[in-house]
Amino acid sequence: MMLSGADILVRTLIEQGVDTVFGYPGGQILNVYDSLYKYQSEITHVLAAHEQGATHAADGYARTTGKVGVVISTSGPGATNLVTGIATAYLDSIPMVALCGNVPTTQIGTDSFQEIDITGVTLPITKHNYFVGSVDELADTIREAFRLAQSGRPGPVLIDVPKDVQTALCEYEAQPPVTADPPAAAKELRVKQAAALINAARRPFVYFGGGLVAAGAQSEMLALAEKLDAPIGCSLTGISGIPTDHPRFLGMQGMHGHYASSLGLHNADLIISLGVRFNDRVTGDRSRFAPGARIVQIDVDGSELSKNVPAAVGLRGDVKQTLQRLLPLVNEVKNPEWQEKLARLRAEEAESSDKRQGLTPRNAILTLNKFLGENTPVATDVGQHQMWAAQNLAFKKPRRFASSGGLGTMGYGMGAAIGAAYGTGERSVLVTGDGSFGMCLNELATAVTYRVPVVILLMNNGVLGMVRQWQTLFYGKRYSNTILGRKTDFVALAKAFGAEGEAVDTLEGLEAAFGRAFAAEGPYLIDCAIERDEFVLPMLPPGGSVDDIIVKVGDDR
Amino acid sequence: MNRYTIAVLVRNQFGVLNRVTSMFRRRQFNISALTVSETESNELSRITVVFSGEEVKKQQLVNQLYKLPDVESIEEFTDDDSISCELLLIKMVNEPDTREEIRAAASAFGADTVDYAKDSMIFRLADTTRRIDDFLNFMRDYTILEICRTGCVSLHKGSTTIRQAINF
Repeated sequence: MMLSGADILVRTLIEQGVDTVFGYPGGQILNVYDSLYKYQSEITHVLAAHEQGATHAADGYARTTGKVGVVISTSGPGATNLVTGIATAYLDSIPMVALCGNVPTTQIGTDSFQEIDITGVTLPITKHNYFVGSVDELADTIREAFRLAQSGRPGPVLIDVPKDVQTALCEYEAQPPVTADPPAAAKELRVKQAAALINAARRPFVYFGGGLVAAGAQSEMLALAEKLDAPIGCSLTGISGIPTDHPRFLGMQGMHGHYASSLGLHNADLIISLGVRFNDRVTGDRSRFAPGARIVQIDVDGSELSKNVPAAVGLRGDVKQTLQRLLPLVNEVKNPEWQEKLARLRAEEAESSDKRQGLTPRNAILTLNKFLGENTPVATDVGQHQMWAAQNLAFKKPRRFASSGGLGTMGYGMGAAIGAAYGTGERSVLVTGDGSFGMCLNELATAVTYRVPVVILLMNNGVLGMVRQWQTLFYGKRYSNTILGRKTDFVALAKAFGAEGEAVDTLEGLEAAFGRAFAAEGPYLIDCAIERDEFVLPMLPPGGSVDDIIVKVGDDR
Repeated sequence: MNRYTIAVLVRNQFGVLNRVTSMFRRRQFNISALTVSETESNELSRITVVFSGEEVKKQQLVNQLYKLPDVESIEEFTDDDSISCELLLIKMVNEPDTREEIRAAASAFGADTVDYAKDSMIFRLADTTRRIDDFLNFMRDYTILEICRTGCVSLHKGSTTIRQAINF
């Protein structure tokens, strides 16, 4: 049948199984919004307060479902407002399709009102992007974008659709949803080499990240760790990949990772990495990273192999399938000496852990854990609160933690929590700080409008705590521009948006507040007072190694 | 620092050159020579790039280029296994004192005289980059008005083609 480009765009989204999109209208995308009105019984559009928030919502939706998140914006400023959200998704390999309007093709390149070369702008932060020059190409371009976003290593794809392409007519016929390309299969020789290395190891360590979650390879990883009698650690984006209380799980690695996990990795003689890129926040000084370890690296993206640290064997392939092929070749062993060492590390971690009573950051997160259902998604912003959450949150199921790892986007969380609630159909939680929340708190309006149940734990210390921590430790306590000194009344602010809220300054008060927040119908903000000189510990100094780990900071701070 | 010559076979679409060269920019490789042209198939273009850098970074660049949906194939060339050629046009001052020496040199290098005017002359030389460099160095003793080089194109010796290049 003959349809307008705008109708084709919306129909193709529906055809691809999209039921929820996030966005913001404007002049050059009006026709698409007209079609969204027409098809509103088949596709829900969530109006954000700002295109950045819409992108983070699409990201939170994608992280918690594994489906492609979709965001729609107009041209010019609408399109440029997508940039931070797209970059966030790109660095954490989140499948996303961003659609934006543009001026009619006849005006392209003339600096028209609200014209921007968005395919040029987003070139380095998308897997691929498209300028649709003709309505004939529109449906197939969208299909290809969905295929690319999900194939191999997932990521964002942008489609720029000029206004005249939205109005032009074209024949449209629905097609079945695209499927991801079959992932590359690791070479047989490499699988054998990996098995030989693994079978020779005495101190193996399994280290996973977002790539494992994307591949859904949890059970294969656990089977491998059981066979090898190996501990498991993860990167930030791996969190919730396996149950937090799994006996083999030592927690997050890296700059603020768990002590036993970081030390365990450091002392291993073999690291089996599953969908991680050995980011500098994990390795510290790469020349001193895990000096006695050889690395078997499995990643669906071949360009990651040996990119940051040299792998003894690199396997380019789907993590799940590769593990399935590897498992039968691996001998079942017990490593009692290694387990003793790990037990000692765990004991040391327990000994140095923060045991203070009262409203400490750790106790705040541990209290939150009491209220989390096994399906509750938790989003964070970026900073100290993010690390406290990553260290202490307890998860049962994968895809329940949404946090900006690679880009470290302050302001990510509010949009992501909304997207996570839509994706899972569950009440979501946002753990944020007063700095991050200040960046995109406008999305509180969105949560109120759509009655999205989001519990917001605002860890309010009146400072930009993570930067302040660095200033304390490495910049002689010169607190340049990190003391906010704002007079914001966050409870009044929440109420002004139409949300509920309360302030707490005791642990008992926080627990009671959670009780009310988790029963609320819509968004509920808890302004939780945190002491401004709290530290995130342990800490590997930037460019250092685990030899330099800071476990405790003296009281002179 | 090594010098590399790679050819990238890409889908013939607008913006594709930008996508490929953007990868070089992101890795901070400076491109010494670049050629782009259509190929035996009108759906494919061939980009030949000459650049210098470290081996590890070069390999990373090639791996990243392979991830671009528009990239079909990539081939790397060495002097031993390939035939490379580029084209030079050079405009020299034409004056009685130096005329015969310049023409003798051009003739020795196999360059053609493609323009001959009262005050100037243009030579054309198609040869390897090294031979062209030698010719240019020789000409620097005289007055060069203008130089234009195309950058290198390369093919592997024998019957193998870029379409058979193995992805990883």
